[in-house]
Amino acid sequence: MNSTLLEMTGIRKSFYGVDVLKDVELRMQAGQTLGLVGENGAGKSTLMNIIGGNLRADAGQMQLAGELYVPHTPRDAQRAGVAFIHQELNLFANLSIAENIFLTSFPRTKLRNIDYNDMHQRADALLEQVGLRLSPRLLVENLSAGERQLVEIAKALRLAPRLMILDEPTTSLTSRETAKLFELLVSLQSNGMGLLYISHALGDVKRLCDEVLVLRDGAVVGQGPMCDFEPNQLVSMMVGRESSDQFPPRHNHPSKVKQLDVQHVTQPGVVRDISFVLNGGEVLGISGLMGSGRTELARILFGLDPMKSGHITMCGEPIERLPTAGRIARGMAMLTESRREDGLCMQASIAENMSLVAEPKYARPPWGLLRKAALTSALHAMRNAVKLSASTEWHRPVQTLSGGNQQKVVLAKWLLNQPKVLILDEPTRGIDVGAKFEIYALIDRLASDGQSILIISSEIEELLGICDRILVMSQGEIKDELARNEFDQSRIMLAALQADHVAASLRDADQ
Amino acid sequence: MTRKQLLLGLLNQAPLALFAVVFAIFGSLSNKFLDPQNFINILTQSSSLAVAAIGMTVVLLTAGVDLSVGSVMFVAVAVTGKLIAGGQPLWLSMLAGCMVGVVAGGVNALVITRLRVIAFIATLAMLFVGRGFGLWLTNTRAMNMPDEVTQFGAARWLGIPIPVVVMLVLAILVHWALRNTAWGRQLYAIGQDVDGAKKAGVRVAPIIFSAYVLCGGCAAVSGLIALTQTGAVSPSFGQQKEFAAIAAAVLGGTSLFGGRGHILPGTLFGAILFQTVENGLVIVNADPYLYPLILSGIIFLSVLLDTTRQRVVGRAARRTIRAV
Repeated sequence: MNSTLLEMTGIRKSFYGVDVLKDVELRMQAGQTLGLVGENGAGKSTLMNIIGGNLRADAGQMQLAGELYVPHTPRDAQRAGVAFIHQELNLFANLSIAENIFLTSFPRTKLRNIDYNDMHQRADALLEQVGLRLSPRLLVENLSAGERQLVEIAKALRLAPRLMILDEPTTSLTSRETAKLFELLVSLQSNGMGLLYISHALGDVKRLCDEVLVLRDGAVVGQGPMCDFEPNQLVSMMVGRESSDQFPPRHNHPSKVKQLDVQHVTQPGVVRDISFVLNGGEVLGISGLMGSGRTELARILFGLDPMKSGHITMCGEPIERLPTAGRIARGMAMLTESRREDGLCMQASIAENMSLVAEPKYARPPWGLLRKAALTSALHAMRNAVKLSASTEWHRPVQTLSGGNQQKVVLAKWLLNQPKVLILDEPTRGIDVGAKFEIYALIDRLASDGQSILIISSEIEELLGICDRILVMSQGEIKDELARNEFDQSRIMLAALQADHVAASLRDADQ
Repeated sequence: MTRKQLLLGLLNQAPLALFAVVFAIFGSLSNKFLDPQNFINILTQSSSLAVAAIGMTVVLLTAGVDLSVGSVMFVAVAVTGKLIAGGQPLWLSMLAGCMVGVVAGGVNALVITRLRVIAFIATLAMLFVGRGFGLWLTNTRAMNMPDEVTQFGAARWLGIPIPVVVMLVLAILVHWALRNTAWGRQLYAIGQDVDGAKKAGVRVAPIIFSAYVLCGGCAAVSGLIALTQTGAVSPSFGQQKEFAAIAAAVLGGTSLFGGRGHILPGTLFGAILFQTVENGLVIVNADPYLYPLILSGIIFLSVLLDTTRQRVVGRAARRTIRAV
C-alpha cells in the first residue's frame, strides 16, 4: 500500500501575469509533519489555498492518498479530509464553543431543534482530544487566544481529517500555549494524520517537523529531512536572491538634526518599548515579518491608534497628545500599505486626490476660499516632480491608473504638504520594476532635500538598497539595528525570526 | 479585565435600574399608578409594541434594521379594516392583514438579499411606500371599526386578555426558535460576522430573508392588536412605531451592531418599560406635548447604552500581535 498522503506535481499559478508558483513539487507521507518556510510573498499562502480549495492551480496535479484530488471549494477539500486552520481564526465570540464547532451541522432531535445533549457530549469528546478542559457551553468571547486556537482545531477534527494545514498558528500564543499546541500536534501526527505547518518561526519548525520545504519566489529551493538543515542554512536559502542594479545610487548624508524622536513607546499587546531617532535627511528602514508590529507602530506614530506610554517628539515639539490632523499640520505624512482602501478616493480624479491634504495651505483666511491658481500651479509642479506619466489626464478617476501611477498620486498628495517626516508603509507593493526605480529615486531626492523618511517593507533587498539604517522588528519589539556598513540580509532575517518562544526552542534544539 | 467585566455588568443592568427609577417617580406622583389593575393595563397596552419589538429584535440580531414597521402596521390594518367594512368575517380579514405584513417583509427581504440594497435604505423606502399605499387605500380618511373588533381585543382566554396571550405565545415561540434551532444559532453568527459566517459555510441569504419576513409578520400582528384596542384606523396609525420597537429591543439588551440580544426577558422587558413610562405620563396627567420629548429621551438613552456597551466589548476584543 502506498503511504504517500499528498503529492503535488507541476503546480503553477499566476495572478495578473505574475508567476506566483512555478512548477512546485510537494510530497508528504501520512503521519508526517512537513514544515513550509519562505519569505513573505514566496508563495506559501497561495500553495496552501490551492490545497485547501480556495484557489485553483493553473496547471499541475494533486493526489490525495493515491487518488486524484481536485477541490473546487473549501467544502470539497473538507469532504476529501483536508482541514485548513487559517491564521485568522473564524470563530464567533457570541456563540458557545459547542455551537462554533457544530455551526453548520447541528445534531437535531426529531422536532428539528438542536439536540444540545448530543452536541455537548460530542463537543466534550473533541475538546478532550485537543486537551482543553472547558465546558462546551462557555462562550468563545471568554477564551484566551490559545484556547481559541485549540477550539478551531477541535472544529477541524469533527470531520476526522487526514491532512491538516496550519498557517502561522502560534503568532498570538504565549510560550506555554505554544507548548500545549505542539503536544497536541504531535499526538495527532502519531495517530496517522499528516500535518502541513507554515511558519516564520524556524525554531518551531525545527522542533515540530520531520521534513521541511523551502519556497523562494514561487519555486521549491529545498526539501528534505529537518535534521539536514541548520536554521542559518534555512535562512540563507529563504533570502538568497541575486541582487541587481535595481536601486539608484544614494546621494546624501543624514544630518545630526533630530527630526523625529521616539522614546519608549508601548501599547500592551501591540508594541513594547520602541525607541529610535530619525535624523534630518535620513532614510530609516523597518524590517520585520507580517504581524511583527511594523504597521501598528506606524499607525501609533501617526496618531491613528492609541499608545499607553512613551514620548514622540517631532522637531523638538512633543506630539504624542496630538490627533492625526495636528500631526499632519506639523509636517508628518503617512503612506498606508493599502492604497486602495486607505490611500486614495478611487472614484475621484487625480487632481482631487492630489489636492486633498494640502488644501488648507491654499485656503485664504478668513473664509477659507481656495486660491485656485496657486493650487493648480503647485499641482502641475508636483506632477512633474513625481514623474506621473504625461499621458494621464487630470480628470481621470484614479482607479483607471496603474498601481505605480496610483502610488505616485498618493506620494504627490503628501509631498504637496511639504512634510518633514514621511512614513512609507510598503510603498512599492504591487508596482512594476520601472515605477519602483522612480519611487526609490524620489525617496533619495527627498532625503537630499533634508526630509526624513521612515520606510517599512517586507522586501529586505529594497531596504538594503535605499536605507541609511535599518531597524528589525519582531513581536512588537525592536530586535536589531544595523548601520549601512553592517547591512547583512541573513542577520536581518535572523533578528526578524527571533521570537521569545522561538529563541527558547532554538536553545532546546541545540541541547 | 475584571474592571471591564464589572463595567459591562453595570451597563447590562442599567435598564433594570431605569425601571426602578421610573417606578419610584410615578409611584410617588400618583397612587393610582401602583394599583394592581394598572399593572394588568400596562401589560395589555404593551402587547402591541412588544410584538413589533420581537420581530425587530430578530432583524437587529442579523445586524440589520427595519424602518418600515410602522407603515406595515398601517397597511395591514387598512386592508383588514377595508375587508371588515366590506362585510368579510373578522377572522378572514385579520388573516389577510397578517398576510399583507408577511408580503411586505418579503419585499424588504428580496430587495436586501437579491438587489443587495442596505437594509436601512430598503426599509426606509418601504416606510414611504407602505404609508402611501395605506393612505391611498383609506382615501386618507379615518375608519371606525364595528364593536366586534374591540370586543375581540377585550376578550379573555383563561382570564388573560387575548393581546397578552398573543404576545406571550409569540415571545416564547421566537425565543425558543432562536435558542434551539440551527436557524437561530446561525442567525446569531451572521449578526456577529457575516463574512465569517459565509466562510464557515452558513447559507446566509435565506436566514436574512426569513428575519425580515418574520419582522413584517410581527408588525402586522402588532397593528391588528392595536386595532382591537383603539377600534379605528387613522391616517397616522402606527407612525414612528419602528423607533419605539427599536428602543424596546435595545433597552432589553439587543445590540444595534448585531449578534447580541434575546427576547425573554430582554425585549419583552424593554417593551414593558417603554409602555410603563407612557402609562405613567397619562396617569399623572402630564402635558401631552411632553410625551414625545420624554419617550425620545428614552430612545436616545437606550442607544447610548448600546454604543457604550459595544465600545467596551470592542476594546476587549482588539487584535493583539503579542501576548499581553
